[in-house]
Amino acid sequence: MNTLTRELNSVAEPADQTQLHEEDHHHHQAPKGIWRWLLTTNHKDIGTLYLWFSFIMFLTGGTMAMVIRAELFQPGLQLVEPNFFNQMTTVHGLVMVFGAVMPAFTGLANWLIPMMIGAPDMALPRMNNWSFWILPFAFTILLSSLFMEGGGPNFGWTFYAPLSTSFSPDSTALFVFSIHIMGISSIMGAINVIVTIVNLRAPGMNWMKLPLFVWTWLITAFLLIAVMPVLAGAVTMVLTDKYFGTSFFEAAGGGDPVMFQHIFWFFGHPEVYIMILPSFGIISAIVPTFSRKKLFGYSSMVYATASIAILSFLVWAHHMFTTGMPVFAELFFMYCTMLIAVPTGVKIFNWVTTMWRGSISFETPMLFAVAFIILFTIGGFSGLMLAITPADFQYHDTYFVVAHFHYVLVTGAIFSIMAAAYYWLPKWTGHMYDERLGRIHFWCSVISVNVLFFPMHFLGLAGMPRRIPDYAIQFADVNQIVSIGGFAFGLSQLIFLAVVLKCIRGGEKAPAKPWEGADGLEWTLPSPAPYHSFSTPPEIK
Amino acid sequence: MTTKHEPYYVPNQSAWPIIGALGLFLIAFGAGSYVQQLRTEASSGAYILLAGIAVIIFMVCGWFRTVISESMAGLYSSQMDRSFRQGMSWFIFSEIMFFGAFFGALFYARMISVPWLGGASNNAMTHEVLWPGFQAVWPLLTTPDGTQTQAMGWGGLPLINTIILLTSSVTLHLAHVNLDKNKRTALTLWLGLTIVFGIGFLSLQVKEYLHAYHEMGLTLTSGVYGNTFFLLTGFHGMHVTLGTLFLTVLFFRVLKGHFSPEKSFAFQAGSWYWHFVDVVWLCLFIFVYLL
Repeated sequence: MNTLTRELNSVAEPADQTQLHEEDHHHHQAPKGIWRWLLTTNHKDIGTLYLWFSFIMFLTGGTMAMVIRAELFQPGLQLVEPNFFNQMTTVHGLVMVFGAVMPAFTGLANWLIPMMIGAPDMALPRMNNWSFWILPFAFTILLSSLFMEGGGPNFGWTFYAPLSTSFSPDSTALFVFSIHIMGISSIMGAINVIVTIVNLRAPGMNWMKLPLFVWTWLITAFLLIAVMPVLAGAVTMVLTDKYFGTSFFEAAGGGDPVMFQHIFWFFGHPEVYIMILPSFGIISAIVPTFSRKKLFGYSSMVYATASIAILSFLVWAHHMFTTGMPVFAELFFMYCTMLIAVPTGVKIFNWVTTMWRGSISFETPMLFAVAFIILFTIGGFSGLMLAITPADFQYHDTYFVVAHFHYVLVTGAIFSIMAAAYYWLPKWTGHMYDERLGRIHFWCSVISVNVLFFPMHFLGLAGMPRRIPDYAIQFADVNQIVSIGGFAFGLSQLIFLAVVLKCIRGGEKAPAKPWEGADGLEWTLPSPAPYHSFSTPPEIK
Repeated sequence: MTTKHEPYYVPNQSAWPIIGALGLFLIAFGAGSYVQQLRTEASSGAYILLAGIAVIIFMVCGWFRTVISESMAGLYSSQMDRSFRQGMSWFIFSEIMFFGAFFGALFYARMISVPWLGGASNNAMTHEVLWPGFQAVWPLLTTPDGTQTQAMGWGGLPLINTIILLTSSVTLHLAHVNLDKNKRTALTLWLGLTIVFGIGFLSLQVKEYLHAYHEMGLTLTSGVYGNTFFLLTGFHGMHVTLGTLFLTVLFFRVLKGHFSPEKSFAFQAGSWYWHFVDVVWLCLFIFVYLL
């Protein structure tokens, strides 16, 4: 309340605030205590909040994955009820998508974009705080529904009707409204990113000089603003179908459950690119640094990113090949989907070519980046297999799909986030992280993640369906291997926590530019970056 | 870009966002509980929802007051003004996509799901086996399970409302023109007239809803025609309500002497919003009523 009064006072005397503001430029002091974090308008504070929130959600969703893998360790039902198992698969997906990956990228955007483009902060700093603080509340609602009578959401993170309407638990309304406010948060975050990039670039920072992380985030933010409202529409129709007697997704009233899938995937497919485009930006920063070469094909990277974003609006029904669409629709979506392999291939080619004849060193960020390139490509290829309509009839809803999207999301998105964390930790904390521990974390992760997800391809091809708590006896051996990989991968992430904590508490002092080959405005700032940076924009040649 | 650097205003700590987050939490949790409690005796959800709305109103007033006084104190540069303008246009873009989802549902129901239930495309057996008596027509007056309703015509109230809303866009534009010429009286009058049109539109829509529910049997539950009708016009009505509130705030600010030809972001934002709501109505009138 105290601070609120202060706020109101400063309204009464805005002149004082200018003065305060001027002072801020000089002593660069961060406020102290809990209020610093609750009331902050500083992009670095908010970035830190996003990143920690994301890590907590990563562990929460990870714990649910451990429950899933423990139950699937053996055929038959051992540990949990099937209904609880379904809640675990559902909430694991929701938490990882909306709680772990997206906030991690937003946290990185907050920390890095103003420093990369020479801006004093994000364009709308108060709204920035609002975007973040909605998230813990939204996930409180979502997670609390797990403990309510009838349980939490159990219809899969894709909440297909009629599972989410006629057959869903009472708490579905809470799920719907928590998604609504997560959407508000994402949209405001995305607006902030776009406006910052378009309007706050330092003089001379023209479009084709922007770091690729900034470019990819600009396009990601556009996708977010375009599709999060569509998700809001989808959950609203689920709400009215379940509680208010409408029949959008019910044939008896003239609607169609398949319509839900169309609306959902119109959101959902751009959404998966929302979760990978910033990764492309991160990898495009790290690979040149540790190859000690300029990025190969900068402008083609920009155009490839834009093409992927445009195509992402034309491929949604490849998730729905088995719903009985007319043949021309199946063909249209098949060809559009395969077309995406072209710009993606351009990117992979450019990264590999950047490394070609470079003077490469393999610090932890580079290890994760190289693993990203290889493993994401595997996920991309299995995606191409899934895009082939007749083949998809075989793969649909099997563990092959699970393997595919975990390769692109875990060894893709999550690995790139890990790479980014290692790469920029010295800038954030002012200390070098423990390189040895970092490498241990990498090797544990990269081995266990392949033990975890690679055999899933074979399970899927052999016909094991996804989202089931029990399975036929012939899948037992492979499931055991997968579960062991899962536990190992989960535990490996605690090493990461240790590295980060150790790095915050101390360590070798980091210079302004800890990586010899690094390029970009953020490395012109001291480490740790001062609380306010670039209050006067730098001159870019 | 100017060669001389104007400082970009980065506000100090602010309590409004966290209050706003708390408000949204109460709204989401309250609305979720309220909806679950609809068929029961309990009513705690409704109170939480109302508390949330109160918190949000408190937040919006306080936040806007802060921003307005900062703006009046001259803290905002032209770059800041551009940030606000761009932010507002992207917000309106997100609103367009929100309506897009419901228009998508309308087109899908009309062009695909209803014809397919009637046997179109490769669905002859669906029709024959599941819904043999069903006739695929639009507006869907008899659903496959036999719910009957009537269609809302485009003449009468909807046509009058269309004229009102289109006229209000013109009057708001005239207000804007007069703001730019610094003719304050004309500005006040045209803006006031726009608000009157907004209220008129909303009153007539209430009348239309009452007519639909009581005399036509057209309700939210009367199949996909009623669903799309009420969700599209309902969400549009909510936006008109918000827009009218927005314009009312602007009206009082104009009376207090705010805005000048050079500095009028809030006015610009309000008028963009109003024109956007108007265009949505035009699409509604064409696709929901006329065709």
